[in-house]
Amino acid sequence: MYTDKVMEHFRNPRNMGEISDADGIGTVGNPVCGDMMTIYIKVKDNNITDIKFKTFGCGAAIATSSMVTELAKGKTLEEALKITRGDVADALEGLPPIKMHCSNLAADALHAAIEDYNKKRKAEKEVKT
Amino acid sequence: MPNQTTTRRIYFDHTAGKPIDSRVIEVMLPYMTSSYGNPSSIHAFSQEAKQTLEEAREKIAKLINAESKESIVFTSGATESNNMAIKGVAYRNKNRGNHIITSSIEHMSVINPCKFLTTQGFKATFLPVDQYGFVSLKKLEEELTSETTLISIMYASGEIGTIQPMKEISKIAHSKNAFLHVDATAANGQIPINVQNDGIDLLTISSNDMYGPKGVGALYIKKGIRIEPLIQGGGQEKGIRSGTENIPGIVGFGKAAEIAQKEMSVESKRLEKLRDKFIKGLLDQIPYSFLNGHPTKRLPDNVAVRFSFIEGESILLSLDMMGVAASSGSACTTKTLEPSHVLLAIGLKHEEAHGSVLFTLGRQNTKEEVDYVIDIMPDIIKRLRKISPLTPKELKE
Repeated sequence: MYTDKVMEHFRNPRNMGEISDADGIGTVGNPVCGDMMTIYIKVKDNNITDIKFKTFGCGAAIATSSMVTELAKGKTLEEALKITRGDVADALEGLPPIKMHCSNLAADALHAAIEDYNKKRKAEKEVKT
Repeated sequence: MPNQTTTRRIYFDHTAGKPIDSRVIEVMLPYMTSSYGNPSSIHAFSQEAKQTLEEAREKIAKLINAESKESIVFTSGATESNNMAIKGVAYRNKNRGNHIITSSIEHMSVINPCKFLTTQGFKATFLPVDQYGFVSLKKLEEELTSETTLISIMYASGEIGTIQPMKEISKIAHSKNAFLHVDATAANGQIPINVQNDGIDLLTISSNDMYGPKGVGALYIKKGIRIEPLIQGGGQEKGIRSGTENIPGIVGFGKAAEIAQKEMSVESKRLEKLRDKFIKGLLDQIPYSFLNGHPTKRLPDNVAVRFSFIEGESILLSLDMMGVAASSGSACTTKTLEPSHVLLAIGLKHEEAHGSVLFTLGRQNTKEEVDYVIDIMPDIIKRLRKISPLTPKELKE
């Protein structure tokens, strides 16, 4: 059902955990639907220097979370915002069709974390000015 | 964890499919090679097939204590038997009434025919169940009217194991002259079923659930009850189910029934012990783990548990990496993306249903295999909970 790449990320998820002093946090999905993930990012000079995730969900949900952290780490915020659900699925050498929409939320969580970072930064700027 | 690949393979998914008993295969083989007569013909080949067919019918009748073998109709399996019973009784009795009653935890091959009938001028009531999965008898009495022609309730649930109080349900059904159809697919071959003592009018059973071949089943129809046939044709099975009989399958089904009848009491006691050890082993060791269904009024093969904060499919994948096959009520393992209707009907929240795992035991399972799963499960659950953002705090909200 799953590709070897998906299973490999399910077995050994990369960047799993939380960042206590994260610069941006994004959560998508909810436990009622069976998939929920949170992504934490650290940003320095417009680059994602650290990224971690926590996920409740099926094998695909865990593997896509792991993969998106690998794809985004070291990228600029603009580059990271361009990562799509399709990119994540491709990097995993494909997902079963039924999982493409329900469990492939990791890119959305990443984008939400970046938005959270931008919002916080904007708020900080307003306080300063 | 599970970086190691294992050569061990343990099968705990017997509700989904069972191996065919080697003694069953043995009696089937001649009917796929040298014995190929059609029971409806006149020559000697045919007479041999006809006799074999009737012997198998007798064995099925004996297993469920039917009043005569003439009450057994062979079908292609439990799905057909359920459709035949529900639509067959509803259509046949539509002049008497247009109401059928079933429960909210039935198999889809009961639920969907009932839903279909509501598009054909019938009314269907889906009875609620309590936290253990017992059908509400009070509600059954309230809903039952003189318009009700059929009540269809499963003997026991393959998903949560709960065994229904059949005699009481039967008494209520017959108080208003409704027929009682019982889907005994999960129960049959595991616990003794006696259609006469239980007061059952129609009963669905399947071959594979008793270690017979797939694609064969039967519907018991009590003498005197007439139903509208779903499949019309050459008039086989007394016109109730046309089509040349699946002789190899039916022979195997008969043998499987004979073996089940002989070995059921010893085997079920063995499985009950394994089941209780399995459940206790998991629940004692793992915090936030719970049993689905009733602790004692449950099928001997059924270990249905749920684990908070994590999702069932990822548990199944983790078990599979360790060589263990099980099943889940999670949405991620279904085609509909909805968690099991049975788990929702017993009052579980979506997120609780998602974390359910079903182990169903069978003849070849050993105590060592149960010990192995009890041994590896805590680490699997711990690892997935470490990945999960959910904690006890969030579930309470």
